[in-house]
Amino acid sequence: MTWKTFALAATTTIGLAALGAGMSGVRADDDKGGKRVRPVTDQTVIEECGACHMVFQPAMLPARSWVAVMNGLADHFGENAALSDDKVRAITDYLVANAGDAGGRPNRMVSGIAPGEAPLRISDTPYWVREHRGEVRPGAFEDPRVKSKANCVACHRGAEMGSYDDD
Amino acid sequence: MKAEPKRMGLALVLLAALTVPVLAGAARQPILDGYAAAAKAGDAAFAGFSAARGETLFQTKFAAGDAETPACTSCHTDNPGGTGRTRAGKDIAPMAVSKTPDRYTDREKVEKWFGRNCKGVLGRECTALEKGDFITFMASK
Ligand code: HEC
Repeated sequence: MTWKTFALAATTTIGLAALGAGMSGVRADDDKGGKRVRPVTDQTVIEECGACHMVFQPAMLPARSWVAVMNGLADHFGENAALSDDKVRAITDYLVANAGDAGGRPNRMVSGIAPGEAPLRISDTPYWVREHRGEVRPGAFEDPRVKSKANCVACHRGAEMGSYDDD
Repeated sequence: MKAEPKRMGLALVLLAALTVPVLAGAARQPILDGYAAAAKAGDAAFAGFSAARGETLFQTKFAAGDAETPACTSCHTDNPGGTGRTRAGKDIAPMAVSKTPDRYTDREKVEKWFGRNCKGVLGRECTALEKGDFITFMASK
């Protein structure tokens, strides 16, 4: 890396960080047409969850779902994702504090989930199913370039930054 | 005088390029030493790690853990220098130290992933010997 590209990369990083900070105040449920979700800012969550998949925004599931996910890391969708107790606690706290029903006010992404249900996959929520129905070509998720419904960024390039405007 | 900053910059780039692998190597050694001590404690005949055994561990289809990951290569590709991919479609930087110099330099990270991945592929923990062999193989690539 030359110093010029380093400087460019650094500037871009700072720019993106500023963008992230600006959006962190945006509630997931107060968009008007544009689909923006507050991105994750916690470094432990970014590192640990982001090692295997996109860093999903906690506002996309209710707190009870995140608790269930974090209690089952030894078999995380068929994989062992076990973490130390202190990391499990820190990550759970962050996810619950920023969940889609934090403060007892469910946002549009989680309000359709039945009270007794705690879906483990965002792609199993009624909101996600509704948003993708008809719009996504059948078989698109099996495309090797996509591979999984968990790979949001395959189509929503800005997904990790919380931007789903491009659908 | 005019050329000075440029030359300084070049020198710094060279210095950085040279020191990163050296520092990483210095951080990797204690991890290997720890595995060597554990391997020796388990088997007095332990005579050092083997890149060849590490390669076999990397390439073998154990199919003894999770159904979707019969081998290390299921996620890391069968080329140590290749970019791997998780089941969720995210890229994994190459495991070969020549391609990703800071690999195997953070003990906690190394232990976390051996713990998860060995169970997922072999259906059990890896031994200290296997861990040392694996890192030795990747450090040679
Ligand atoms: C389910 C996918 C998957 C399988 C199978 C897998 N790995 Fe990994 N491995 C990962 C991911 C993801 C990471 C973390 C991402 C990164 O470090 O770039 C990782 C990281 C590692 C690390 C840590 C590297 C470091 O930088 O310190 C080691 C060691 C490792 N794997 C060894 C193995 C071994 C040995 C096997 C086979 C027994 C294996 N892996 C099988 C996905 C996998």
